[in-house]
Amino acid sequence: MTADKIIFLLIGVLILVSALMVVTTRKLIHAALWLVAALFGVAVLYAILQAGFLAVVQVVVYIGAIAILFIFAVMLTRRDMRDQGPQTRSNWWIAALLGLLILAGLVFLIINQPDVERTAAVIPAGVDTLRNLGTALVSPDAYVLPFEVASVLLLAALVGAVYIAGFGKKS
Amino acid sequence: MTLAGFLNDPINFVAQWLTGLLTGWGFSNGLITVILYFIGILVLVVFVMLLDIGLVWVERKVVARFQDRLGPNRIGPFGLIQPIADIIKLVIKEDITPAGADKVVFNIAPVLAAMSVISLWAILPLSSKIFGVDLNVAVLYLVAAGALGTLSIIMGGWASNNKYALLGAFRMVANMVSYEIPMVVTLLIPVILADTMSVQGITQAQSGMWFAILSPLAFVIFFISAIAELGRSPFDLVEAESELTAGFNVEYSGMKFGWFYASELLHAFTFGGFMAVLFFGGYGGFFGLEKLSAFHWLTNPFIQAAVFIAKAMFGYWAIMWVKYSMPRIRIDHMLAFNWKFLVPLSLVVLVNTAILNKLLAGLPAWGYTLGMFLSNVIIGVVTIEILRAYGRRQHKSEQTLAQAMRN
Amino acid sequence: MQNEWLYIGLFLVVGIIVPVVPLAFAALISPKKPNPIKQATYECGIETVGDSWVQFKAQYYVFALVFLVFDVETVFLFPWALSLKQLPLFVVLEGILFIGILVAGLVYTWRKGMLEWV
Repeated sequence: MTADKIIFLLIGVLILVSALMVVTTRKLIHAALWLVAALFGVAVLYAILQAGFLAVVQVVVYIGAIAILFIFAVMLTRRDMRDQGPQTRSNWWIAALLGLLILAGLVFLIINQPDVERTAAVIPAGVDTLRNLGTALVSPDAYVLPFEVASVLLLAALVGAVYIAGFGKKS
Repeated sequence: MTLAGFLNDPINFVAQWLTGLLTGWGFSNGLITVILYFIGILVLVVFVMLLDIGLVWVERKVVARFQDRLGPNRIGPFGLIQPIADIIKLVIKEDITPAGADKVVFNIAPVLAAMSVISLWAILPLSSKIFGVDLNVAVLYLVAAGALGTLSIIMGGWASNNKYALLGAFRMVANMVSYEIPMVVTLLIPVILADTMSVQGITQAQSGMWFAILSPLAFVIFFISAIAELGRSPFDLVEAESELTAGFNVEYSGMKFGWFYASELLHAFTFGGFMAVLFFGGYGGFFGLEKLSAFHWLTNPFIQAAVFIAKAMFGYWAIMWVKYSMPRIRIDHMLAFNWKFLVPLSLVVLVNTAILNKLLAGLPAWGYTLGMFLSNVIIGVVTIEILRAYGRRQHKSEQTLAQAMRN
Repeated sequence: MQNEWLYIGLFLVVGIIVPVVPLAFAALISPKKPNPIKQATYECGIETVGDSWVQFKAQYYVFALVFLVFDVETVFLFPWALSLKQLPLFVVLEGILFIGILVAGLVYTWRKGMLEWV
């Protein structure tokens, strides 16, 4: 049990508990805050894997923008922010059964992979992963097309959101 | 193990001494690392907290002088013990939690706000040998810590169960979030100029020429966005003492309010430090002077730390100067200024820097500097001309309207 | 795990402990005399009118959304900025294309009046 594994286990438990609380807590705002905790746990996972750039990007984009958007959406659409809906529907046991089956299937698939016990690969010294990411993102024989298509995707999201939000306005 | 060794490389000196001591006691290597880190972090955080206490005194004295009065001068010489008296008062005050408030979130919010600001000092380089870590994504780490601070404001505003606090929190978050775009875009400019995202690398790349001279517009835009991010005047509509009565922290009392206040001041000073590091050469930036043997003492870590603190204090003073000289800006003006002016302008400056960095790469240092500086000046002049033409058109349309109404 | 992130993790832990200590101390020694008047919601000194909910402007959401799109864009630009020194000029043009597409989005939002506050 190296320190790496202990920290990974702790973070995994944190993420799972936070995710569970997101769907079971009664107050919506608390659900959003538990989501923030889960996202932060994912950022720590990235840091453990030595993907420092992804860790900070996770905090900047997910916690700094998307979680804020969630909280705004919750606050703008609830009549009373202390709203509490019913916890379960009448056929919750079917859903639980399905969930357990999917979990069992996934665990079975993952365990039967030949190299599932692999530890994180050690990055060779002298390799600047950040710069490699940068050059890969803009090289014509690497990922420049997805790079540009990503901006078109963002444009589509922006135009769509502005169009829908403009429905209520009188212009 | 001499005094000269300590003066030239303090942290490694102490670390080696402690490692020798602890290995002698039989601790394992990993545990020693953790203990050393812990001690280093404690020293740094205590230093930062003492700095914060000093900042409270600086803020009150400076605002007093700006307003032509004396400021605190009763407690201790020049009122120096005033912040300590304030802390004692805040700690022994009753902690009033409003009825219906969400207790857990209410208590977490000030802790999160303080933590997000303290965590910034892990990457600020006080000198080439005194720093927390040399993170290779340090510039984005600054933005990430700001994101956590934004979250703490929403938590504080919502947990207070007070619609004015919530309104204030919303406005503050809309403000901070909008001005984050020009800030991040102008953060890209030192990254392009220094070709690295680590603050140590950016500081060392400025040993020849400050980035503020290479790209003054980037510095100005960063300065304005930083003031808006901090939520200070002239962008402090959300905690305007005369309007929304302290905004999102209206229901906070005692030490919790103390932490919101202290973290705001510390955040301002930290931003002064970042401005010093990103645009004014940080702990170095002596234009190559330190290579002369007569000025070799400039590379001493303690001198570098003093230079850094002095530059950060100057940045903090400039932020205070703006705060106490300008009137408040209305929320719709704030947001229009950001989205219709600062964001396009910062993108133009970014594109300009990227292109010129490539085109002028072959020139000698003075050609490069001159080219970059002139391009910024040209962009500034063109922007002012565009604004002037816009203003003239507005004025003319108002005049014709007034004319039509008179006839 | 790389030692840098361990340091930052420890820093965050200390950063949480340091604010909590005075708060815990204050909770120990401060007086606790709650009464309903003290704990009433503050509304400029008068009694509260209506419950603690007002219709918030949808405009907040639109600004947060535009911010999200531009935030993701700037995050993409960071690796691009790091690759500029090694690669030739057309890399700069690729970045300009990227920025240009999103500036078109900003202009669209502006013309649709989504950047107004009222």
